Amino acid sequence: MSVLVDKNTRVICQGLTGQQGTFHTQQAIEYGTNMVGGVTPGKGGEQHLGLPVFDSVKKAVEKTQADASVIYVPAPYCKDSVIEAIEAGIKLVVCITEGIPTLDMLQIKHFMRNRTAKLIGPNCPGIITPGECKIGIMPGNIHSPGRIGIVSRSGTLTYEAVKQVTDLGLGQSTCIGIGGDPIGGLNFIDVLNMFQADPRTEGIIMVGEIGGTAEEEAAEYISKNVNKPVVAYIAGVTAPAGKRMGHAGAIISGGKGTAADKFAALHKAGVHVVKSPTELGRTMAKILG
Amino acid sequence: MNLHEFQAKQILHDYGIPVPKNIVARSIDDVIEAYVQLQTKKVVVKAQIHAGGRGKVGGVKLVDNKEDLIKAAQSLFYKKLVTNQTDANGQPVNALLIEQTCSIERELYLGVIIDRSKSKVVIMASTEGGVEIEQTAANNPEALLKIVIDPLLVVMLYQCRDLAQGLELSGKQLQQFSNIVLNLGKLFIEKDLNLLEINPLVVTADGDLLCLDVKMSIDDNALYKQPSLRAMWDPTQEDVREIRAKEWGISYIPLDGNIGCMVNGAGLAMATMDLIKLCGGTPANFLDVGGSATQERVTEAFKIILSDAHVKGILVNIFGGIVRCDLIAAGIIAAVAEVGITVPVVVRLEGNHAAEGAELLRKSDLNITAAQSWQNAAELVVKAVGEIA
Repeated sequence: MSVLVDKNTRVICQGLTGQQGTFHTQQAIEYGTNMVGGVTPGKGGEQHLGLPVFDSVKKAVEKTQADASVIYVPAPYCKDSVIEAIEAGIKLVVCITEGIPTLDMLQIKHFMRNRTAKLIGPNCPGIITPGECKIGIMPGNIHSPGRIGIVSRSGTLTYEAVKQVTDLGLGQSTCIGIGGDPIGGLNFIDVLNMFQADPRTEGIIMVGEIGGTAEEEAAEYISKNVNKPVVAYIAGVTAPAGKRMGHAGAIISGGKGTAADKFAALHKAGVHVVKSPTELGRTMAKILG
Repeated sequence: MNLHEFQAKQILHDYGIPVPKNIVARSIDDVIEAYVQLQTKKVVVKAQIHAGGRGKVGGVKLVDNKEDLIKAAQSLFYKKLVTNQTDANGQPVNALLIEQTCSIERELYLGVIIDRSKSKVVIMASTEGGVEIEQTAANNPEALLKIVIDPLLVVMLYQCRDLAQGLELSGKQLQQFSNIVLNLGKLFIEKDLNLLEINPLVVTADGDLLCLDVKMSIDDNALYKQPSLRAMWDPTQEDVREIRAKEWGISYIPLDGNIGCMVNGAGLAMATMDLIKLCGGTPANFLDVGGSATQERVTEAFKIILSDAHVKGILVNIFGGIVRCDLIAAGIIAAVAEVGITVPVVVRLEGNHAAEGAELLRKSDLNITAAQSWQNAAELVVKAVGEIA
């Protein structure tokens, strides 16, 4: 068992023939991901990296029975790509692209209401079930199959958590980067809920950051619904208010979204909070014994 | 991207939202000309900067004759205004808004925001105009009225009426208010805003509604489709180093400390600053060098970090991931040599070929220390800077 993706997941790439799409699809194939095709409008019928290229997601799904898609198309076209994928029957859409307008995301979220398809991202590293399926830009080699579910708003900071967990021999069940934008697909609560239900996941590492109230809402959810141990870290204790810290969503505005508030809410919910990001793995190892 | 008040008021006017008659001035001559044009004795002079809190520090002045007007303008023009929302250096005043005054009966608040939890546009109103909305939300939450905007329907008339009732507006004010809210909603969507605040929205002695002050901010990710708004960008209101960094695809934010940071990834960059603090040091900046830590970018990042004279040491924290750490190390060594860095540089590389990378760093005869771990790197740089200070 794992969360959302495994060795049977059939993955296509939207934007396959572009520079990012090509590089990361090559990496995914080498990792063992079951890549079944790609979409680049105008290049249908061609082969790329040994995969069939289609003009539309609909065609790709028809021919390959893909159930997941990863999007590397430029930001102005992502709204179209995400909705195209969902309409074509893709169950899991992973959008890596950074820089999608917030109003585009609001429309995507509205479109997704009452639909069962799931969106990860945008502006995220993607999702990986180690040893089975890697969808996204994370380095595969730092992961190892195991017991810890990791969910994070950041990219490289997630890799730190992954590396610590791997080095301690715990390994990961699934790692999901939910992205650094103010509006995204799956949120902490959605992922916590899946990790709680997943028998392979024995502990959960959650990496948040300043901005918004997603961590506070997650804390509330954890206190009522999650009985697996959760270790959490929030980045941005030293971040000044009113400044966007790299990620579009990482901003303290009107006194809201501070690391202190998030740490406090998580602590109150019984989460094992760590003040140093280097303690995520060790703290989890200690709890699991 | 933030707009100036005079730019935002022009946009409000274009959308049929009432603002006081005003003219922007960039020189004393402009100010005198504006006074003639406005044809009123009493005017308000407002310093145009990208920050609130102007009123409390003399950035807004009421005058009722030409001499005082010129005096007021001279006291503000080309100065830097420090408010509770700026940094210690303040923001330069390169433009003044000369505006007609009105007698105020009531002050209200009206704002449009993106509610991150709901994934919806939300319009908020309160009877406590002139007060920051966060303060109202904290102290008097029942005074805060909200309507949630459906992306398909946009703002509905009944929603405007609901808000108006909560604000105790009736008669002609009800109609004026509905018109304002409908157009604010339209404007917010059409211009890809992420914040639009009218504070205060006033009821004048004549019973009319008027937007006295406005804050307007555009979603940076949508600027590509808003060329006319993009043209309104005022670089004088931003830190020159932040602008230079942006041109290189680097995010940089200066802070008060003395340890420069260069990191790949925004979350890791924040966490690195936090770890320096935990180890007893203070970060001089946030810097995300971006996806590819190439020699060119690393060189530029070093130059930006060192443009801050307070920097006494630099911590480089790169999680190599897919990129090989020995290639990154070679880039860092070349960049340190090219920039001629004299302060201690502590480098922590993690990921592919990390050991080879560290070996390269050790072999260089520059002032570079290869750290064994992230924690070790933070401790080393804090210690090195402590010894200098």
